[in-house]
Formats: sequence, structure tokens, C-alpha cells
Amino acid sequence: MTSDMHNIYIYILIMASVTYLIRALPLTLLRKQIKNRTIRSFLYYVPYVTLAVMTFPSILSETGSIWSAWAALLTAGILAWMGKSLLQVSVSACAVVFLLELL
Amino acid sequence: MRSENKIWFSKGLRDGIPISLGYLAVSFTLGIAAKNAGFTPFQAMLTSLTNNASAGEFAGFTLVAANAGYLETAVMILIANARYLLMSCALSQKLSPDTPLKHRLLISYDIADEIFGLSVSVPGMLNPFYTYGIIAIAAPGWAAGTYLGTLMGNLLPVNIVRALSVGLYGMFLAVIIPPARKNRILAIIILISMGASFAFTRLPFLSALSSGTRTILLTVLIAGCAAVLFPQNEEEPL
Repeated sequence: MTSDMHNIYIYILIMASVTYLIRALPLTLLRKQIKNRTIRSFLYYVPYVTLAVMTFPSILSETGSIWSAWAALLTAGILAWMGKSLLQVSVSACAVVFLLELL
Repeated sequence: MRSENKIWFSKGLRDGIPISLGYLAVSFTLGIAAKNAGFTPFQAMLTSLTNNASAGEFAGFTLVAANAGYLETAVMILIANARYLLMSCALSQKLSPDTPLKHRLLISYDIADEIFGLSVSVPGMLNPFYTYGIIAIAAPGWAAGTYLGTLMGNLLPVNIVRALSVGLYGMFLAVIIPPARKNRILAIIILISMGASFAFTRLPFLSALSSGTRTILLTVLIAGCAAVLFPQNEEEPL
């Protein structure tokens, strides 16, 4: 018999513990400034690469049509280039999709 | 609260608004997945409150739906959330070395993509209260969205859900583009990252990778090459 039911709260506990450890271990153990130039550079590039990879091409499949998604991408890209705030860039992207999909 | 902390906290609250809105939309769809896995709205909300991880929670709900073993669940969560390990390493370098343990433990509660992106991009050292401000408004959005998604399923008009779902990406772009304007190498690396990510979703075999695995692989690969080829100047703050 392999059909014994597992407890949902134990699942949640396992998920939360593993996730928390992943986050807390580096932050608590790495207390000194890393001196190595290559490692510092690597960590400097990490957020940019991660966010770029997560944005494209995922954004293209988030909306009803690929065109509204491209329009949102370009709008956000241009406004961000112009130095607009997070909220302005983000809300403009949403508004573009909403308006285009009303058409 | 010291006044400097107060200022950072309220700045975090403000910058966290788009995150919270984006989270509401994303976690709404996550709530639907939770419902399909047999979670009650409360259980789904509890998962979001304690995990704060989109891909990880999604993987978890899928495993619960399949009645997977506990160990398998732990391993899968480890893989789906491994990128947070990198982010936590990067964020450790933004904290002043004398930052007390309690702040390190509290920030660790919610080192998620968006919150990390904002926290790591402040000039100079990170004041933990900035991150707390973001979390204070973003985490409830995440939990509430999951709750509502589980409760209401498909009641929200689909065009609103779609419009909200690009908000997160808009925010990502607002984080990565302004520094790239001043640094041409960074701009090229961002374009390469997007191109490689696109290729990974199209190429045979590679397209079978989950988005979490793809993110880790490309981050290590591209950031690694960039660090070797274009190391940052020592004087520049991380």
C-alpha cells in the first residue's frame, strides 16, 4: 500500500524550512566583505542576469497576445531608460496591456 | 525606530507598492494551483506567508497534488529555490559586516526575486529597514493573492489579471536598465542574458528545463563569464 495520505501541514513545514535555510545560511555565515575581485564581480552581475533571464521571454506569454506583451516590454524599457520610478514603469506596463486588450 | 531607519522603511513601503500589486496577480494564479492540489484558502495562504517563493510554491503544490514523499518534496524545493542561495550570497555583501544576527535572520524571511532586486540596487550599504518596508507591503499582497486565488478561482476578469501580471516584469526592467545606461558592458550582458534565456526556451532538450533551473544555470554561466572577462573595479561599491 503506497496510497497513505500525507499531511498538508507537514508539507508546508518542509517547504518553508528548506526555503528559509537556503536564504538564511549565506546571509548569516558570510559576514565579512569578500575580497576576491572575481567573486565580487560575479555577485555584482548576479541580479542583472537573473532579472533579465526571468523577464525575457516569460513576459511574452503573460498576456492575451504577444503584441500587447511586446508593447508592455518596450514601454517599460523606454520609461526605465528615461529613469522613471519603479511604480511609474510598472503601472505604465500594466496600463498598456489593459488598453491594448480592450481594442 | 531611529529616524534614518524610518526614512528607509517608508521608502521601502513606497517602492514595494508595485511589487505588492504584481504579487497579488501572480499569487492569485498560484492560489488556483493550490486549490487544484487540495489546499484550503487558509492552507494556501499559510504556504505563501511562510515560503514567499513563486516557483518553489508552485512546485510544492504540484508535488502535493501527486501525493509525493516528504523527502522528494524537500529536494524539489531545494532545486526550485536554489537561486535564492545566490541572491542571499550577493545580498550578504550589501550588509555592513557589523549587521546584527537578528537583522540577518529577519531579512532572510523574504529574499525573493523582486525584493532582492530592489534591496541590492540601493547605493552603498543596505539599511535592513528598507527591505523590511518592502516586505511589509509585499508579503501581505503575496499571501492575500494566494488566499483569494484559492477562494475565488477564476472570478476575477481575465484582462485585469493579465494586465497586472506584466507589472512585475516592468519592475524588473526598472531595476536593471538605469544602471545599464551608464555601463555599456552591463547593457550588453543584460541583452545576452535575455537572448540566451530565449534560446533556452526554444532549443531541444534545454527547453525541457524548468524556469527555475534555467535561471540558475544562466545566472551562474553568464555572471561567471562576465566576472572573469569584465571584472568590476575595486573602488566601485558592490
